[in-house]
Amino acid sequence: MVNHLVIENLKHRPVRTGLSILAIAFSVTLVLTIVGLSDGMLEDNRERARGAGADVIFRSPTASFGTGGGAAPLNEKLIPYLETQPHVTIAAGVLMHSLQFPNSLHGIDLDRSSRMAGGIRFLSGGPFRQETDIIVDEFYAREKKLRVGSKIPLLNKEWIVCGIVESGKLGRMFVQLPVLQDLTSNPGRITQIYLKVDRPENIPAVVAGLKKNQPDYGVNTMEEVLSAFSADKVPALTIFLKVIVGISVAIGFIFVFLSMYTAVLERTREIGILKALGASPAFIVNILLRESLLLAVLGAITGILFSFGTRYLFLVTIPASMQQKITPLWWPKALLIALLGALLGTLYPGLKAAKQDAIEALSYD
Amino acid sequence: MTDAMVEIRQLKKIYHQGDVEVQALRGVDLTVAKGEFVAIAGHSGSGKSTLFNILGGLTPPTAGTVHLNGQDLLALTEGERTELRKRTVGFIFQKYNLLPTLSAQENIDIAKYIAGNKSAPDANFQEVLQLLGLSDRLNHKPRAMSGGEQQRVAIARALVNHPALLLADEPTGNLDTENSNLVLDLLRDLNHRLHQTIIMITHNPEAAAFADRIVHMRDGRIVS
Ligand SMILES: Nc1ncnc2c1ncn2[C@@H]1O[C@H](COP(=O)(O)OP(=O)(O)O)[C@@H](O)[C@H]1O
Ligand SMILES: [Mg+2]
Repeated sequence: MVNHLVIENLKHRPVRTGLSILAIAFSVTLVLTIVGLSDGMLEDNRERARGAGADVIFRSPTASFGTGGGAAPLNEKLIPYLETQPHVTIAAGVLMHSLQFPNSLHGIDLDRSSRMAGGIRFLSGGPFRQETDIIVDEFYAREKKLRVGSKIPLLNKEWIVCGIVESGKLGRMFVQLPVLQDLTSNPGRITQIYLKVDRPENIPAVVAGLKKNQPDYGVNTMEEVLSAFSADKVPALTIFLKVIVGISVAIGFIFVFLSMYTAVLERTREIGILKALGASPAFIVNILLRESLLLAVLGAITGILFSFGTRYLFLVTIPASMQQKITPLWWPKALLIALLGALLGTLYPGLKAAKQDAIEALSYD
Repeated sequence: MTDAMVEIRQLKKIYHQGDVEVQALRGVDLTVAKGEFVAIAGHSGSGKSTLFNILGGLTPPTAGTVHLNGQDLLALTEGERTELRKRTVGFIFQKYNLLPTLSAQENIDIAKYIAGNKSAPDANFQEVLQLLGLSDRLNHKPRAMSGGEQQRVAIARALVNHPALLLADEPTGNLDTENSNLVLDLLRDLNHRLHQTIIMITHNPEAAAFADRIVHMRDGRIVS
């Protein structure tokens, strides 16, 4: 009976009900999209790092994880030295140059990097032939509408796309290592070196050996590096997330508050009627609470559905820059956010309704 | 106890409007027997609605004694007055006051629900519905019903929990003559056939004439 009244009340004002649901949905979508993007982009980075096919990464000890800056702290003479180490089958140096976030340009030795990745498949075009050649991955090509022969201006130079490769191998944009070294005034220098080990069980031995022989450098297994690509290891990201969650609760709160507040004002008479029939203040508050919690649940579900929509939008528009993951683990949290906003928003209107004088409501127009 | 349904002695009610005291009731004495149909007549401002609100447990009295069905209303807490409204009294208002989002049947059901009355529809109440002639309109929402129909639904709602006292404040104030007579006939029928005790407030002498007895009020007192 009470639930029926709640549903009829919500149906009675479809526009207000719809707007409240949309507002809650919006805040839920906001949270899920931000979480999905941070997870998605980290995972994308992780996948590409894994796609490089390396088992061990050799870096300067001062280097930060991930797609380093423009720094090139290593001498490329280390590559042949590392390649002669026991169990190391390939050593490939990479020079990374950060472009506008989140892209970076990779200077690579195509032959070595390709062998390490177990072959890089060209969707169209082929390997480098001249100095101005650039290889891009399919996501970047899609986002920037590039095809073989397209020209890209980068680092005060015009590049020509010579090949488009499948995504998920190391990076999105590749040029020849010496060309990038020249352009960035880093002759003979590289950012890090990827090592392939003959068998997985030999990886610890290789790492141990290198740490002993080259104590001045950073040596990590790929697994160690990958585990650093997670949201909870990036403090700025977790703070950012908390802010977004806070904003979402606030949006939910404001809309449910307005919705319930106007509902209480508008329903002075109905509340008076219920009181005349013997409804206690708790009964009245209970009805309002159920109304707003129902709004919150519907809003959360709509918000979850919307997050599939934003994911689709990112996928068709900027697949190379932003990747959104669908994060079911966050769905209960999103629901809690919506419920919390709704609960807070109902407090004051509920108290107001409970205190309302029945006589005044019933006797006047 | 006597068989009085209502016993009022020297009832006073003072409203405080800011610093101003409004003496709405200045010492009312009234006895209504069980099964009686009493009309309270009087000009606007004479205190009729105030008496109605006190008897209905909507507002506490200031002084005097009020016994309703053996209960002393002066001693009631807010929570006890809520309980009183559930079962002891049923209200009919000038403005029908149905819940607009519910159908006629649901408007009746919610009164039962609030009172915690889980009994199946009883023969007695079926007779009420028969008298009201509402059977085929019960699935309509108030806005699809005429004023007369809405008032009859309100009567059904007021009676569903078998209140000891049916209180009506200007029940025909918004109705045309035909519908007024219909509603007043109904109240009289309910009183005659089911011995329902009724106190009806009205300033219309024709409406008051339907009652067993007419009590006149002026300036917060009963004058005859
Ligand atoms: N809630 C209230 N606050 C202050 N004064 C009130 C209130 N209700 C009624 N009054 C005053 O009490 C007097 C009696 O009013 P009421 O009982 O409504 O009379 P009636 O129903 O006979 O018109 C009037 O002077 C009215 O202005
Ligand atoms: Mg009045």
